[in-house]
Amino acid sequence: MRIHCPFCGERDLSEFSYLGDADSAEASGAAQSAQQLIEAVYLRANPAGAHRELWYHTFGCGSWLTVTRDTRTHAIFAVQLAKEYAP
Amino acid sequence: MSVYRLAGEGAIQRDRTLSFTFDGRRHSAYAGDTLASALLAAGVHLVGRSFKYHRPRGILTAGSEEPNALVELRCGARREPNTRATMIELFEGLQACSQNAWPSRVFDVGAINSLLSRLFVAGFYYKTFMWPAAWWEKVYEPAIRRAAGLGRASAEPDPDCYEKAHAFCDVLVIGSGPAGLAAALTAARAGARVLVCEEDFLPGGRLNGERHEIDGADAASWARNAVAELRALPEVRFMTRTTVFGVYDGATYGAIERVSDHLPMPPEHQPRQRFWKIVARRTVLATGALERTVVFGGNDRPGVMLAAAVRTYVNRYRVTPGRRVGLFTTGDDGWKTAFDLLDAQVEVPVIVDARAAVGAALLEQASRHDVQVVLGGQILSTAGARALRRVEVLDRDGRVRGVPVDALAVAGGWSPNLALATHLGMRPRWDESISAHVPADLPPSLCAVGAAAGEFSLAGALRSGAAAGRDAARTAGFDAPLVSWQTDEERLESSPLWFVPGSRGKAFVDYQHDVTAEDVALAVREGYRSAEHLKRYTTLGMGTDQGKTAQLNGHALLAARTGREVAEIGTIAARPPYTPVAIGALAARERGRNFRPYRLTPSHRWAETRGAVFVDTGQWRRAQWFALPGESDWRSTVAREVRSVRTAVGVCDVSTLGKIDVQGRDAASFLERIYANAVATLPVGRVRYGLMLRIDGMVLDDGTIAHLRDGHFLLSSSTAHVAQVMRHLTYAQQVLWPELDVQLTNVTEQWAQFAIAGPLARTLLERVCAEALALSNADLPHMACASLRWLGRRARLFRISFCGELGYELAVPARCAETTVRALMQAGESLGVTPYGTEALGVMRIEKGHVAGPEINGTTTAEDLGLGRLVSRHKDFIGRVLASRPALSAPDRPALVGLRPLDPHARLTSGAHLLAAGVPLSLQNDQGFVSSSAFSPTLGRWIGLGFLSRARERLGEQIRAYDPLRNLDLPVEVVRPVFYDPDGLRVKG
Repeated sequence: MRIHCPFCGERDLSEFSYLGDADSAEASGAAQSAQQLIEAVYLRANPAGAHRELWYHTFGCGSWLTVTRDTRTHAIFAVQLAKEYAP
Repeated sequence: MSVYRLAGEGAIQRDRTLSFTFDGRRHSAYAGDTLASALLAAGVHLVGRSFKYHRPRGILTAGSEEPNALVELRCGARREPNTRATMIELFEGLQACSQNAWPSRVFDVGAINSLLSRLFVAGFYYKTFMWPAAWWEKVYEPAIRRAAGLGRASAEPDPDCYEKAHAFCDVLVIGSGPAGLAAALTAARAGARVLVCEEDFLPGGRLNGERHEIDGADAASWARNAVAELRALPEVRFMTRTTVFGVYDGATYGAIERVSDHLPMPPEHQPRQRFWKIVARRTVLATGALERTVVFGGNDRPGVMLAAAVRTYVNRYRVTPGRRVGLFTTGDDGWKTAFDLLDAQVEVPVIVDARAAVGAALLEQASRHDVQVVLGGQILSTAGARALRRVEVLDRDGRVRGVPVDALAVAGGWSPNLALATHLGMRPRWDESISAHVPADLPPSLCAVGAAAGEFSLAGALRSGAAAGRDAARTAGFDAPLVSWQTDEERLESSPLWFVPGSRGKAFVDYQHDVTAEDVALAVREGYRSAEHLKRYTTLGMGTDQGKTAQLNGHALLAARTGREVAEIGTIAARPPYTPVAIGALAARERGRNFRPYRLTPSHRWAETRGAVFVDTGQWRRAQWFALPGESDWRSTVAREVRSVRTAVGVCDVSTLGKIDVQGRDAASFLERIYANAVATLPVGRVRYGLMLRIDGMVLDDGTIAHLRDGHFLLSSSTAHVAQVMRHLTYAQQVLWPELDVQLTNVTEQWAQFAIAGPLARTLLERVCAEALALSNADLPHMACASLRWLGRRARLFRISFCGELGYELAVPARCAETTVRALMQAGESLGVTPYGTEALGVMRIEKGHVAGPEINGTTTAEDLGLGRLVSRHKDFIGRVLASRPALSAPDRPALVGLRPLDPHARLTSGAHLLAAGVPLSLQNDQGFVSSSAFSPTLGRWIGLGFLSRARERLGEQIRAYDPLRNLDLPVEVVRPVFYDPDGLRVKG
């Protein structure tokens, strides 16, 4: 798998590390109650298909990226800097 | 010249004779030979013994699909088992041995298994070795392992080195047969970046094994010219001896280039093999097709060979497998073998075609020679002790006659080489017109051409290759004209036979794993009706060849036995690697010392001169202790270091602790949201202990926060957690609060840092930096920090202490580390300054009850660590909400305690379980564990830290520490987790 980093260009998977569901991460930032936070941290969707997720360019520029990936084929539809991501 | 070597050119160099040994016997052959062709030329037809029955076996194929001719290549540390003789390029002095035979391949004791074959049917060990159960490990398994199996691996370390490389291209062409060359030429002439990978050392694929003409020239020279043209183009890389073994996501391919395997040993500075990771925009699969055998009695006898392989040996290597070669074919293609042999003056006594009728042209051509043609015939069995002597031919009238032969070419039909076309999970499609599966459902970046796509004629291969090459180049933005080449259109009709129903004797489906037609029938009788079950029950299609020549025949037998069509059986999904790959090649340079590189502390060379013993902590190699001459026991060394720090002064390199520089207008508010304790109230010039939680409320790390100047902080983290903390901080910065103005930089490696600790620490420092900085308690109190000039450079001094004594940490640019530590040691010489290592540091932090890695283990909360009072109730921070979940503050949740064995000399061990006194040893009674323990030289006894249920109410209670691993069981007292200077007065001294 290869990821197109907005700063570094298309790079090999081995340079990145995976965090997980980007929606959950955003929800955890916006959670108003313990219940919402528990749902955001522990209850994750596991879709077969398009999945928005966070990747960290560990051995590169150190950017957090929002990657939209097909979980069945590993096809990547979109990559954005997480800090610039606007839902 | 041997009677098996034919006259004529081929692709061998007759002016270069090479000598080699097989099973210790010397033979000679030519450059350009493989071990297989060289053995055939030398008249060696028996190459090894089979896996289970120890049947004599010869050479079946001329390629990487070879199931039988597996040998041990080379000797000593370079001995490589299960190497296919058909793939070994001959070199001077090559040594090879047969496998799985004792005392020799000609007379092999294990062949008795053949007589006991009723015991050794599919699944035999599941059924036979059931009783007595205790015998399995001691008797049955060792015996089976000795009797079965393939070659022996060398037990010595691999003396060769391997490399990894990356390649990128517009068009990757896998295979350089006619279709591959046509694709590569078309794409390359258009200007696309083309990479061609060819498994063989000679490009051209089947063009080298056949007598075709292209554009009026013989096909092998056409291939040579095509390769020369490609190699001359600047954007083309043409790699021979390179097997693409796997297809991965994102149009990535794994390949092994055998850089030096064709040489006696790798040249200096050259790897043995190179592992390529190839990224291609478009890929053309020109991997050809594999010929099948037919399942008939005795079809494994040395001398039985696939018909196309015979043509390859005759045309390319100018070797014939026999002087009287019979042919058993199911299609027109096989007849070419007979004609090639006849033209080379080899006798072909009989052509048995399973079809009742064939084209008149074939019969006409055969009639020019003295050949018996049997149409609608079959071969029932073969005879010969260690080599083929006779075949029994059944004609369509039911008559059986023996025909003396010394080799038999078998043409069972062709199957497109599917492996790479199914690695990503694609299911191939059954093509009735060729009675085989063809690739289907390929992703847009992949296409199959030529024989790999079921297009078996030369003209068709060239056409489909050129079209695919043009399409691939176009996708990459290069427009290519479609090239066409002139060649004969062939008639290639066939009708599959799969197996001969009235076979006599063992009829093999999978040669390598000795799976017979009877095993398939047995599997069906016992209910294994799916292809996947058949594979697992009979091992059909397993082994180093993965059943490349066997699978479809096995499935056809399964279909016949279960009353289905072959198409209904489906296929087995192939997984990488296509052919065996040496683990060494995948590891490449990352082995031994380089498996996990370590970093040296900035004072490493100095520490070496002081007799340091080093230990790996995280990625760092740190001084563990500094032994003095005469100290034989490390415990006494550590005790001396601890005593020196507690009574005088010591110096320790603490550079490996993480240092993260935080700057920006919002730096303070950023850290306020990161740390569980208050940061906003920290004045400039002061340091504070900080606790960082994960979002789930568990402690992530602890460290210090130094406020250097307005909007500028320096954080420290534990050695092992720097990367994790940095990732956590950048996540907060970029994902959670991108609106904050804050910049983070990991400066761990830029600064060297030394702890100077002990009652005389200030005295020592005053000797070296009194002019630069006032050090009195009023000027630089505990938990203060300051900048100074040190040896003409910017430096920082922090008054912090991990060991509980008056302490400082001096940070200097990393390149000044050695000068700094020498200056400190010199200045402190009269004070008795002592260098100390991580072991003494660890002892002193346990004496002080400071938590570290064993306590901050990802499952503990601030409350568990006894740090609950630090957690702010007045602000929001990461982890606040989930840390307040009721269960995390339940009283029976284990919390930090100090532990003191009642017997001061008794050793307490980390990992020991804690139980209440007087209860039975059981998991239900387990109440916690010892996390850290040490012998305290200060207290003269063993002490420990641990986690214990209902810790707060149990101070003074006598409990039990039980360590079943080390067989220790001792009474311990629960105490507060501070053993030394409980009021913390010494740090303020």
